[in-house]
Amino acid sequence: MTARRYSRGVDQVASVDDARLIEALRERNEEVFERLTREYNSSLLRVAQIYVTSRAVAEEVVQETWLGVLNGIERFEGRSSLKTWVFRILTNIAKTRAQREGRTLPFSALERPGTVPEPAVGPERFLPPDHDRWPGHWAAKPEPWPEDRLLAVESRRVVQDAIEALPATQRAVISLRDVEGWSSDETCNTLGLTETNQRVLLHRARSKVRQALENYLAEAS
Amino acid sequence: MTGEFTQLSCQELVELVTDYLEGVLPEGDQRRLEEHIAGCDGCRDYIEQMRATVALTSEVRPAGITPEAEDALLAVFRDWKTT
Repeated sequence: MTARRYSRGVDQVASVDDARLIEALRERNEEVFERLTREYNSSLLRVAQIYVTSRAVAEEVVQETWLGVLNGIERFEGRSSLKTWVFRILTNIAKTRAQREGRTLPFSALERPGTVPEPAVGPERFLPPDHDRWPGHWAAKPEPWPEDRLLAVESRRVVQDAIEALPATQRAVISLRDVEGWSSDETCNTLGLTETNQRVLLHRARSKVRQALENYLAEAS
Repeated sequence: MTGEFTQLSCQELVELVTDYLEGVLPEGDQRRLEEHIAGCDGCRDYIEQMRATVALTSEVRPAGITPEAEDALLAVFRDWKTT
């Protein structure tokens, strides 16, 4: 019955699938709740970590978010997708928590990631700009990676560690885009980023993960 | 043809790789990049490594919340259910 309200053919509006999920939540369907939390928790955690530093607090923010979702589901009108709505609740809670902790919000990191240059590859890997024949060309060029070692479990751990070591905004972007497989649009909407800034953050994150893999594969071979 | 544009150095190219893989490079840059990699195996390998990095990242298990936090979430739900 209420489902009809959501089936408007407009982007970003709750889909028919969403309508079913919303109905199920309203009917207090535990299985659906578990499915949704399992699907979104890792992304929610990554976004929360942009605002609150401690992992424990970020997990509390995720928990508060779901309570907010449950308490608000009756009034949710489906003007956005369920996902967008859930992440908006999370962002509001995370911002409030960050303020309470007296933490400056990382707006600059989200809005102006380009202000501090961060080369994708260290300058020492290239010939100097005043080189007479090949300025800016590889001094130490990348070697092809051994396929078998790249596909081993250990390489995945290297990627995981490299992602953990990233600044929170870069970590959130690479997690949503490359780990979770979100589109660039979804990522920009959820994080309130412009396309350009999202790409800057993604570029930095991917470049660092590549560097970590290169270091690992070079040291072990 | 190449005289129209200054050539791309390897150091400049590595900063364009994400835009290239995202398919958003402006036409001129796209052409300069493709001309460059046609004659530079270092940069070809570099782009392959970035592709491999993206592919490997997609296989990483997402950071989950702790089992305790999962239990707590379920408790939140069961509590709410009775309201």
